[in-house]
Amino acid sequence: MSHSQVDNHSPYKEFIAGAKAILPLIIGAIPFGIIFGTLAQSSGLSPGGAIAMSALVFAGSAQFITVGLLSVGTAFPIIILTTFVVNLRHLLYSLSLVPHVQNLSPIWKLIFGFWLTDETFAVVISRYNQNDSSGYKHWYYLGAAIFMYINWQICTVIGLTLGHLIPNATNYGLDFAMSVTFIGMIMPYLKNKPMVANVIVSGIMALLTQNLPHQLSLIVAPLAGITAGMVANKINK
Amino acid sequence: MSIQELYLITAMAVVTFLIRYPLLAISSRIRLPSQVIEALKYLPPAILTAIVFPAVLMPTVDKILLSYTNAKLVGAIAAILVGWRTQNLLATIICGMLVFFIWQWLLALFN
Repeated sequence: MSHSQVDNHSPYKEFIAGAKAILPLIIGAIPFGIIFGTLAQSSGLSPGGAIAMSALVFAGSAQFITVGLLSVGTAFPIIILTTFVVNLRHLLYSLSLVPHVQNLSPIWKLIFGFWLTDETFAVVISRYNQNDSSGYKHWYYLGAAIFMYINWQICTVIGLTLGHLIPNATNYGLDFAMSVTFIGMIMPYLKNKPMVANVIVSGIMALLTQNLPHQLSLIVAPLAGITAGMVANKINK
Repeated sequence: MSIQELYLITAMAVVTFLIRYPLLAISSRIRLPSQVIEALKYLPPAILTAIVFPAVLMPTVDKILLSYTNAKLVGAIAAILVGWRTQNLLATIICGMLVFFIWQWLLALFN
């Protein structure tokens, strides 16, 4: 790494800032990692399989649904298809990141792709939306992603080994950390009517479409919100 | 781990990666239309809201709970107020969590 650039930002500082930014979302993910490990055991998935799934798939919702499907003996092709549909929202995330990763090396694009989750996306898109000249915002992503990943592996193992001692890991309310963090990230966007229309429609649509299978509400609701926002923007002009 | 499990996990990993990665891989060759760039401005708050609304308003599955007995709703309102006034993420998180925990504790106390 060259030191010729005069800049307040450095890869190291960005890395640490990203790791700090993801912290509340890591706390929010802890109960879910533990529950995944716990459920994996009763679903018939081997401990090695559960660990491999967390390490290689690294997609909370899909992993949850998979252990549910395994425990009722669902055929593998259906599980794989379900995984595809549940993870489809990541397509929206990667589309949003396209303008920001264009000039990164292939290795960095692999890093962004493999470690993309709801949480890492939320954190890094907030960073990219800050108007400063840092050329190292991808290091921010790396810092966030690595710790998110390590935490998920540790929580999976805790669930596998000690899960039976923690009957319902969501009872303590740690999962609420994700909600308040996301609320804190949403608020700065709400500076004009189209954005307010966007989130209100998206939120209400999310409630109305909760019954859709495979978390499809997470695709339908944002698209409805975005449409509302763009229409409101047109009317506003 | 059985060989069948290995097949399943590998397939899941490939499918997931093939959603996350391809657009990033070809990103330097994509020029997004201005309409799409405009739409993408709305995406982050839209998707975060779509995650938060059910998490807060449906604390138990499938039922909307608009009541003071919903500690998550009370905590979320506190977070919204603090976030709106301060625009400070850390303050929003801490106040939201504090109000949520205290409210949960009070509810348990009076029940």
